[in-house]
Amino acid sequence: MFDLLRFAAPIALASLGETVGQKSGVLNIGIEGTMLFGAFVAMMVTRSTGNPWLGLVCGMLAGIIVGLVQSLFLLELAADQVVVGTAINLAAMGITGALFRQTFGASGQLLSIASLPRFAAGMDAVILFMILSVFVLSWLVFRSKWGLALRACGEYPAAVEASGFRVNSIRRTAMLIGAAYAGLAGAYLSVGVTASFQENMTSGRGFIAIAMVTFGRFKPAWAFVASLVIGFAEILQFQLQARGIQAPPQVMLALPYLLALVVLVFVGQGAKSPQALGVPLRKERG
Amino acid sequence: MTKAVATAFALSILVVLVVAAFGLPVGPSLETIVKGAFGGEIGWSRTLVNMTPLLLMGLAMTVAWKAGMYNIGGEGQYIVGGLFGATLVHVGKALPSPALLVGGLLATAIGGALFAAFAAWLDVKRGVQVVISTILLNFVAIQLLAWAVNGPLRDPSGMAPQTVSVPEGAMLPRFSVRTDVHLGVVLALLVAVVIAIYMRSTVSGFQLRLAGSNPRAARAARMNLPAIRIKAMALSGALCGLAGGVQYLGISGVMDSGFNQQWGFLGIPVALLGGLDPIGVLGSSFFFGALMAGTQSLSRTVQGGDLLIFVIQGIAVLGFVVAQSRRSRKVVNDV
Repeated sequence: MFDLLRFAAPIALASLGETVGQKSGVLNIGIEGTMLFGAFVAMMVTRSTGNPWLGLVCGMLAGIIVGLVQSLFLLELAADQVVVGTAINLAAMGITGALFRQTFGASGQLLSIASLPRFAAGMDAVILFMILSVFVLSWLVFRSKWGLALRACGEYPAAVEASGFRVNSIRRTAMLIGAAYAGLAGAYLSVGVTASFQENMTSGRGFIAIAMVTFGRFKPAWAFVASLVIGFAEILQFQLQARGIQAPPQVMLALPYLLALVVLVFVGQGAKSPQALGVPLRKERG
Repeated sequence: MTKAVATAFALSILVVLVVAAFGLPVGPSLETIVKGAFGGEIGWSRTLVNMTPLLLMGLAMTVAWKAGMYNIGGEGQYIVGGLFGATLVHVGKALPSPALLVGGLLATAIGGALFAAFAAWLDVKRGVQVVISTILLNFVAIQLLAWAVNGPLRDPSGMAPQTVSVPEGAMLPRFSVRTDVHLGVVLALLVAVVIAIYMRSTVSGFQLRLAGSNPRAARAARMNLPAIRIKAMALSGALCGLAGGVQYLGISGVMDSGFNQQWGFLGIPVALLGGLDPIGVLGSSFFFGALMAGTQSLSRTVQGGDLLIFVIQGIAVLGFVVAQSRRSRKVVNDV
């Protein structure tokens, strides 16, 4: 059970944060790169201090910094969200890859760092935090006053501006929450799940997280459940191997992506996406 | 033209800054990069050979993005195109070489087109955004490639998991025995001209641009938006597949699980910095082709040197976004 949670956690954490961001109308394609930065920073900090907790925190901070940079482009400049996200992903792949190779020589070298301590039965603090987050974020988005304004930003930003809120300031907060979760998701991947780092180790988990937000009908709780389904697909390959069932490894590796796609095909138009998702707020300037 | 010069100048400065930021000795590193890209026949050959898939990928992204379809699936379409070509070579070894070459190139284009059109169809019919589906399909394609070269397409006589070699005569002919420059380089340049004419001066190209820039107007003019979008994606995928074909039949001659060299991702900034304009893409693909050749030389002495291109591309796109927003703001003020 906790194995499942641990494998699902990187995608689940990222999709929890991304749900908040998307609710405010920002589609963050750069979540993959944000996770990669988080994973890399967490690994470097843990390796040099021997303290995985510090690594987690710094990974999360790295995510927030990436989020800040990104919010400058998306909100102040009202730039295209897909373009900026793609740029973040490219830069993340290049910077972490080049620094990794500069520090550790030839890529593919096996690296082992201190791993996060676990409580009984494989439970750890991040998993606990994740489960708490499901409730906290659900409350924040659907029950709090700020959440009401947040959802309005995603549906009809003009109305939010008219009633005296600042759309971009709400969206910035939402983006930073999303980026913090993405940074933590990456950090947990390197410090908690693998206790190691490889080039481009997030391998599309950020993109799957985006798909899970749609699958979860833009609700934190359902996005979390959706991520568990993908986590299950990930550990299924080990389960099958243990029972001696042979399947081509590539089929198993492709399964999470295929599953995410199939789910989108069936949920697709049924999911109510925020009306203003992906549309930057452009103010008239005098 | 001044814009192009300014862009090239800004990009060159960015290269210097990134090299310095990674703590590399600036002078010698730049010398290595320039020599690697333009040092004699070999350097130029490497620049042109790297430019070719970048150009085709950049054109592919231009066609799709102009139509409002955020195709991020260049990687997958490149792979599936390549696999179609490899399948034809696998089953059609008995064919005469010229037929195998032409058929192989066509197959790669068709494979890429089908894979991209599938994503577009999901978008149009089921509301699955292309930007997400194409990314997911990339990962599916990567596993498909690994499965194919380990399974049905594997060369039974070879040790390593890879496809049979393309017969010498069915490879794209080379201009000189000393360099790698092949007919595909010229082919890509011709394709760029054709796409430029298509986008600028045909009804179909106009519809495609309008579908992206003003879908409301397109709908009001009773254009069939779903059909236009699927067409744009199919064309985009065909170009990605062709990029795979040109690499397969021009350079590698075999296919293994590392066949996709992230050309799909590299192609997106090429298109954006080329201003989503075929002629602009020609320029930016030349710049990045040269930069790739240069950083490949650099990586022989510096670990991870070849990865600098991703950093430079990422930052360049962000810079481009800033420059563009300045420009659009000026327009608003002028009105």
